[in-house]
Amino acid sequence: MSVLEVRGLTIDLPSGGDRRHAAADVGFTVDRGEIVCLVGESGSGKSVIAQSVMGLLPRGLPVTAGEIRLEGEDLLRASPRRLRELRATRMSMVFQEPMTALNPVMRCGEQLDEVLREHTALAPAARRRRILDIVREVRLPDPERMVAAYPHQLSGGQRQRIMIAMALVLEPALLIADEPTTALDVTTQAQILRLIQDLQARHGTGVLFITHDFGVVAEIAHRVAVLCLGELVELGPRDDVLRRPQHQYTRMLIGAVPTLKPHARPADAGAPVVLATRGLSKTYRDRGWLSRHREVHAAADVTLEVRKGQTLGIVGESGSGKSTVARCIVRLIDPSAGEIRLGREDIASMPQSRLRALRRRVQIVFQDPYRSLNPRRSVLEAIIEGPRNYGVPRARAIETARRLMGLVRMDPGSLARYPHQFSGGQRQRICIARALAMEPELLVADEAVSALDVSVQAQVLALLEEIRERLQLAMLFITHDLRVAAQVCDHVAVMSQGRVVEYGPAAQVFGSPRHEYTRALFDAAPGRDFAFGAA
Amino acid sequence: MDATGAWSRVRRNWPVRVGGAVLAVLVLVAVAAPWLGTVDPTLFDAGSRDLVPGKVGEITTLDGEILKHTFWFGSDSFGRDIYSRVLYGSRVSLAVGVLAALVSLGFGIVAGLSAGYLRWLDGVLMRFMDGLMAIPAILIAIALVAMWRGSLVTVVVAIAIPEIPRVTRLVRSLVLSIREEPYVEAAVSLGTPTWKIMFAHILPNTIAPLVVQGTYICASAILVEAILSFLGVGLPPDIPTWGNIMAEGRPQFNLYPHNIFIPGAFLAVTVLAVNILGDGLRDTLDPKMARRL
Repeated sequence: MSVLEVRGLTIDLPSGGDRRHAAADVGFTVDRGEIVCLVGESGSGKSVIAQSVMGLLPRGLPVTAGEIRLEGEDLLRASPRRLRELRATRMSMVFQEPMTALNPVMRCGEQLDEVLREHTALAPAARRRRILDIVREVRLPDPERMVAAYPHQLSGGQRQRIMIAMALVLEPALLIADEPTTALDVTTQAQILRLIQDLQARHGTGVLFITHDFGVVAEIAHRVAVLCLGELVELGPRDDVLRRPQHQYTRMLIGAVPTLKPHARPADAGAPVVLATRGLSKTYRDRGWLSRHREVHAAADVTLEVRKGQTLGIVGESGSGKSTVARCIVRLIDPSAGEIRLGREDIASMPQSRLRALRRRVQIVFQDPYRSLNPRRSVLEAIIEGPRNYGVPRARAIETARRLMGLVRMDPGSLARYPHQFSGGQRQRICIARALAMEPELLVADEAVSALDVSVQAQVLALLEEIRERLQLAMLFITHDLRVAAQVCDHVAVMSQGRVVEYGPAAQVFGSPRHEYTRALFDAAPGRDFAFGAA
Repeated sequence: MDATGAWSRVRRNWPVRVGGAVLAVLVLVAVAAPWLGTVDPTLFDAGSRDLVPGKVGEITTLDGEILKHTFWFGSDSFGRDIYSRVLYGSRVSLAVGVLAALVSLGFGIVAGLSAGYLRWLDGVLMRFMDGLMAIPAILIAIALVAMWRGSLVTVVVAIAIPEIPRVTRLVRSLVLSIREEPYVEAAVSLGTPTWKIMFAHILPNTIAPLVVQGTYICASAILVEAILSFLGVGLPPDIPTWGNIMAEGRPQFNLYPHNIFIPGAFLAVTVLAVNILGDGLRDTLDPKMARRL
C-alpha cells in the first residue's frame, strides 16, 4: 500500500484569476521508502498540493474533487481533530525558510519537546533522551548546546536540521519537504539533501519533495512528477523523466537548465580593459563608545579586470562578498581601500560631484525584479530617467526607449504601463533596457537571473548574451549559481569570505579547479552527473 | 500597486464610503450654514435666554429688527441660538482639523525626508523632534495664546506643533526602508540628483501611510481644538466653536444639558467619521495592515 495516494485532486482558485484551478485532476502516489519530486515553475500549484495533503490550504482555495489517502485514510474527510493528530505523527512537513518556520523566542529543544508532549505520553526524561537522539541523528554537532540554543543562534543549515528533526521525531510515514534547500547555500544544500536521503532510507519514510530545481531532482528523486499550471504533465522514474522526457513542457524545462560545462568561446586577450580593481576592500567597523571595535571584512584585497565584450563572473555563496564588490564598483557603497579603474580614472574614492559624469559608464541590474522598478512610475519614465538626467532631450530619450524595448523583446507600445502589469521576467527585461539607455561600457548583473524561473532565466540569459555580443559590452556577472556562471562567463572569480580564492578563464576554473573551496563548491552542485541543457 | 487600482479599492471600501459620506454632509452643512435657517450665531437676546430645544421665540438682530425664530437646539444663557452656533462651529472644527493635518504633514514630510535620506542631518533633527515631543500640546497652546491672542492660526499652530515629530518619525522610518529598495539604488546609478530621488522616488511611495496618518491627525486636532476652547485657551468665546458652546453650557449642565450634548454629539460624530474613513483608507492603501488580502 502506498503511503500517500492522491487521486483526481482538483483545487479551485478564487474567481477572477488567470486560470480556474490551482490543481486540476492531479494524481500520484508516494510509496514507503520512496522520494517523489514534485517539480514545476512558480505558479504551477506544487505548494498548494503539499498544503492540501497537510490540510493547511487557505480558505479561499477549496478542494472540489478527488481524494488524498494517507496510509489508506481519506484526509479530505478527516475531522480537524483527526488531522491534528496525524500531523507530526503520520505526516510532517519541512518548509523553505527555516528562520520563519521556527519560533524565534523558544529554544530549539523546547520546540522539539512540544511535539513530543503533544503527541506522546513519554515522561520528561524519556522525551529528553528522544530529543537528543534525534538531534544526533540529524548530525548536529554538540546536541546539548543545540537543544539549548535559540533559532537565531544557529546557521541556516543548522536550523533546517532542527526542522527536519522536528518533522521526523515521531517517525511519520510521510515527510513533505517544500523547497527545503532553496534558501540555503549550495554546499549546505548538498549536506541537507544527503541527510534527507539517509534518514528516509533508514526509516523507510515516504518523501514528497517539492522543488523547482532539476539539479536537486537529479540528486534525490526516485520518481518525478512534473506540474505545469496545475496539471500533472509527466510522471515517471527519475532517469526516464530526466533523460527521455516525453512531454514537450518537460523537455523545454530540462532544456532550459544551464549545463555545468563552460561554453567554449575564445576570449580576446587583447581586448581593452574596461574596468580593473586593485586591492579593493570594504571593511565595516562597529564603532561603539564603550564596546570593543569590531571589524568585518566584507571584501578584502579584490583584484579583477573586465575587458570589452567579455564577461567576468563572480561566484560565491551568501556572505562571500560578491555583492559587496559589485556595489563598490557601481559606487552604491564606498570602498574602504583599493582602486577601481574605469578606463584611466580611479573612481574608488572620487567625490560624488566628479563621479556623476562617470556613473553612466557603469550600470547595474539587480536580483529582485519586483523591487527594482519604482511601482509608481511608468516603464517609460523608468527608462528615460537616466538619459534625461544627463540632458538628453525628452523626445530623443523616448525614441531610445522605444528602440531599447524592441531590443529586449518587449512591445514598445507597453511603455505607458506600470511595473505591476508585468511578470518577473518582463520586469527584468525592462531593468536591462533601463541600464542600456545610459549606453554603459560595463553592465553589472547582480544575481540578475536568480529570482527567475528556469525557462525565463534561460531567455534572459540569452538576451544578456546577445546584448553583450551586439554592443560589445563588458559584463560583470555576480551569481551563486555555477550553472549560470558556466554558461555566460569568459573569466570566473570564486569568492569566499571576502576574498578571491580562485580567478581565471572559465574553462580552466571549471575544468581543473585548483583551490579546495572551488572543488567543494563544484562537488556540491546538485545534479552534476546529468548533462542538462544538451537536450 | 498602481494609483488607479488603489483608488478603485478605496472607493469600493465600506468604511471609506460611510465615513466619507458623513464628512461630506458635515462639510456641506458648514459651507451652507447661512442658508440653513440660522441667524447670526453671536446674536444676544436677553428675552430668549435658556430656551429648551424646539421652542419658538424671538431674536433681535443688530439692526433692531425682531425675528420670529425656532430654537431647534434651544438657546444658551445669553439667548444665543445654539443651532446656529453649532452649525457655524462646524466650520471652525473642520478647518482646524484639515489645516492642522496639512501643516503637520507638510513640515513632517520635509523633516522626515531630510532626516531619513541625509544621514548627517538625522541625529540633530531627530533630537530636536524628541524635544518638541516632550512639550504637552496644552502648554504650547496656553503659551501661544498668551503671546499672541486666541485665533484660528494660533490654535492650528498649537495643535500642529506636537504632531510634527510624530509625522517626522513616520516619514523617516518609511524613508529608511524605501531608500534601501533596489529602485532607489538604480536611480543613484542612473545619476539622478539627490533632491529628485527624495521627491520623485521616495516621497510618492510614502503617500499611502501618510494619507492615513493625516486622517488621524485631523480627528485628534478636532478633538484638541474642542478641548482647548472648552478650557478657554482656544478661540475667543465670541467665536462659535463646539468647545466654546460646551464651555458656556457647563455651569448650567444640570438644567440645560442640551447645551453640552448637542455640540458634543456633533463632535463625536465628526471624529468618528474621520476615524472610520482613516481605518478604511488604511485597509485599502496599506495592504500589510488589512485583515484580508
